[in-house]
Amino acid sequence: MAKITYIEFGGVEHVVDVPNGQTVMEGARDNGIPGIDAECGGACACSTCHVYVDSAWVDKLPAKEGMEEDMLDFAFEPDPVRSRLTCQVKVSELLDGLIVQMPERQI
Amino acid sequence: MTDIVIIGAGQAGASLAIKLRALGHEGKLTLIGEESSPPYQRPPLSKGFLLGEMELDRLYLRPLSFWEEQGVTLQIGEQVSSIERTAKTVRVGDKTIPYDQLALTMGSQPRCLPESIGGGLPGVYTVRTLADVETMKPEFHRGRHMLIVGGGYIGLEAAAVGAKLGLKVTLIEMAPRILQRVAASETSDYFRKIHTDHGVQIIENTGLARLSGDTRVTGAVLSDGSEIDVDFIVVGVGIAPLTLLAEEAGLVIENGIHTDELGRTSDPNIWAAGDCTSFPHRGGRLRLESVGHAIDQAETVAQNMLGAMVPYCAKPWFWSDQYDVKLQIAGLNTGYDRVITRKGDSESISFWYYKGDTLLAVDAMNDARAYMIGKRLIEADKSPDPAIIAELGTDLRMLLKI
Repeated sequence: MAKITYIEFGGVEHVVDVPNGQTVMEGARDNGIPGIDAECGGACACSTCHVYVDSAWVDKLPAKEGMEEDMLDFAFEPDPVRSRLTCQVKVSELLDGLIVQMPERQI
Repeated sequence: MTDIVIIGAGQAGASLAIKLRALGHEGKLTLIGEESSPPYQRPPLSKGFLLGEMELDRLYLRPLSFWEEQGVTLQIGEQVSSIERTAKTVRVGDKTIPYDQLALTMGSQPRCLPESIGGGLPGVYTVRTLADVETMKPEFHRGRHMLIVGGGYIGLEAAAVGAKLGLKVTLIEMAPRILQRVAASETSDYFRKIHTDHGVQIIENTGLARLSGDTRVTGAVLSDGSEIDVDFIVVGVGIAPLTLLAEEAGLVIENGIHTDELGRTSDPNIWAAGDCTSFPHRGGRLRLESVGHAIDQAETVAQNMLGAMVPYCAKPWFWSDQYDVKLQIAGLNTGYDRVITRKGDSESISFWYYKGDTLLAVDAMNDARAYMIGKRLIEADKSPDPAIIAELGTDLRMLLKI
């Protein structure tokens, strides 16, 4: 279980507990947090679950694979360092305290 | 405040309900579905879920509590028997539910093999619902022989799952090649090789004459007269839109429930979205079978039901996962006259469909960059010179600047 803070583009914060093994995307979906569309449901096929990871957390997350990297290039206003696709980030105890911010829009 | 009823609790129905609430609709909102599960994702059914890599609760589009919190009355496991347009009610069992506006999102159903050739025998499955997949899942044991009828994406995804789980897999396709209806021969060749490399036997140009077996299927006779022993059969021969309810209500049907560009049916108080609709597209009419379309059209319809009146503009995209290959498709290739091949690094390749000088679609295998750029170009009606596409050294991103 990890406590994750999702911050909407407008600044609204949502702090929720996400079970280990789920993805950061599923944590948002299952808690009704707006701003993460996840149209493909987590298949790394659509780039609509994009977030900016808080700078302090960038190096603590598992590294991006090539497919995620390429999809992110075409997300809405990606940040080369902080952008991630949340469907590719698996939750574990190590992510307890993670903070992510949603972009203005997904496409 | 208007009462809205949505018939069909699949991806389109769920997206429509979620969007209506997100846009501030405060009236009564009822979502009626025939299946006993709350709205769930279908794509993993033939991929991760069938493979056993994804648990049931991860399929749900939203947790059950979400619908309650949003004030959506979820009536699942219930079937609408009729729509009374004059009275503006729908009939569910012995209850009558009134509506001010109605949305039809019933989706589609798989085509089945005819009973006359043994299609009704136990051990013959189609892939559409969670129940379908949960029933067939116990059949997927190492060493068993699965016959797949139909070489489209559903059949190929099932073949990949079977091969990965150590089954003996035979796939027959009536057309001269797999994927003939949906892709170029380049894409067919690519997937034929991948499957053959994984031990799947692909037999093209061959149909099914009949199935044999007394209490359940045990064998198949193919159109060339050959006979094979099988343990079970997966049928993937396409889907048909569910239009009966709309037809009986007297709505116009035209390869799906006819809608205008706003998503309205021939009755101004009834809207429709997703697989079950046909809608205006580039001067003709189109019916699309995809998640992306179900979401986008449903969200547009939600806006229009609340008065926005924005036309729906389809931006077709699809994906398929087979083994370690991710196929992503942008656009529609209908009417293509040539295909340009672009090799990426060792693992990736993409095929670009042109009609004359116009780029229609891209099939990208493990090449998200080609897919994303192709998608943007097609949506912007931009067509790069095919010679540039084929050139390995081209930085595809430059194409977006033309």
